[in-house]
Amino acid sequence: MDRYECNGCSYVYDESKGDIHNGYPAGTRFSALPADWCCPDCAVREKPDFLKLAEAAA
Amino acid sequence: MTTQTLATGTPAAWKDGKRGLWMMGVLWPALPLISAALALSTGMGLFWWLTPVVIYGVLPLLDRLVGEDRVNAPESAVAALENDRYYRMATFLFIPVQYICLIGGAWLAVSGGLPALDILGLAVSVGLVSGAGINTAHELGHKRENLERWLARITLAPAMYGHFYVEHNRGHHVRVATPEDPASSRLGESFYAFWPRSVWGSLTSAWHLEKVRLERQGKSVWNWRNDNLQSWAMTLVLFGALALWLGPIVLPFLIFQGFIGFSLLEVVNYLEHYGLVRQKEASGRYERCKPEHSWNSNHTVTNLMLYHLQRHSDHHANPMRRYQALRHFEQAPQLPSGYAGMIVVAMIPPLWRSLMDKRVLAHYQGDVTRANIHPPVREKILAKYGAMQPQTVEA
Ligand SMILES: [Zn+2]
Repeated sequence: MDRYECNGCSYVYDESKGDIHNGYPAGTRFSALPADWCCPDCAVREKPDFLKLAEAAA
Repeated sequence: MTTQTLATGTPAAWKDGKRGLWMMGVLWPALPLISAALALSTGMGLFWWLTPVVIYGVLPLLDRLVGEDRVNAPESAVAALENDRYYRMATFLFIPVQYICLIGGAWLAVSGGLPALDILGLAVSVGLVSGAGINTAHELGHKRENLERWLARITLAPAMYGHFYVEHNRGHHVRVATPEDPASSRLGESFYAFWPRSVWGSLTSAWHLEKVRLERQGKSVWNWRNDNLQSWAMTLVLFGALALWLGPIVLPFLIFQGFIGFSLLEVVNYLEHYGLVRQKEASGRYERCKPEHSWNSNHTVTNLMLYHLQRHSDHHANPMRRYQALRHFEQAPQLPSGYAGMIVVAMIPPLWRSLMDKRVLAHYQGDVTRANIHPPVREKILAKYGAMQPQTVEA
């Protein structure tokens, strides 16, 4: 499970948590989000703007 | 002055010159209460119209007299500025003032024994405060914190515009300055053509956004988790409680002031992106929203009343930034006056066109084809500004 960060507002999409409020259950892969998906917090940055975060400590 | 970021001194040394003045945002919504006190104590009916006179007349004059403020906080001071809870207080305190105006106004309208013309003045005044509430809700609704997001919806209820909470963040911000956005006005489009397009378009978009979100969760749109239904229910409860207390006769007053309130929001929407458009990239996506896609104003007085809403370019580039930290950008297009003056201009379409169309054109270095043109008058505008090439580059 990876984490991806918005390069504008620093929102983090965590695959292990998903985004339940917006209908993406825990475990939803970042790659499985729709192509026109955008940052749920700032709505300015889009899917290609997200940066994969380095492995979090266990 | 060309102060962009004067990064002199330590962050601790930087002081926000406007800090105390932000309380104006709490004081001016009390205008209907002040006008009622003046009207009732002097018996002069004209005082019921004080609030619209101040907003449409006095504020534009003050903007002219006091002028502009282009100061930006140094980046090193922003974190402390954003965490200073005083600024949050200045938005929270708006809400009790707003509700006292609405409830007191409704009571006076029903039980005050006032002539119809005075009630009209009162309803317009209360409506303008409800409209200002949408601005407060706008500041609150962009934040991550639950308290602020809930307060945003409470603040929207009097203007009957709960769906703004859904549509603004997830609709308008995504499609801003594109032909698809109902809340971005187009070159050649009058406010009276924009109003129904934006009111209806925002409503249907908000409904659609929640429908899609809930369907992804496997739920129906007719579910109490629908943010639109929740927000509209707040209006129903509020108006219903007032009708139980004062009788159903209060409902026309409430609905009319709500209409004035959301119309104030729509006229502000009208000025914020007039004629501006994001170009499409080769990939088919729109370019990211940049400072050049919003109209700005640095007029000090109206900025203090609107929580820096007029530093609109920075807001669209960084919607999570708190109002006290929003920046002026040199490259952002500037309105000739603050929003208060410009909403009066917007209500007089020939005046608006004569002031603004040339600014849109200058912004695009005379190339009108790069503007967001209102389709019904497209040919006329292309002919007028000497861009007659018949659909050559347009795809
Ligand atoms: Zn973001």
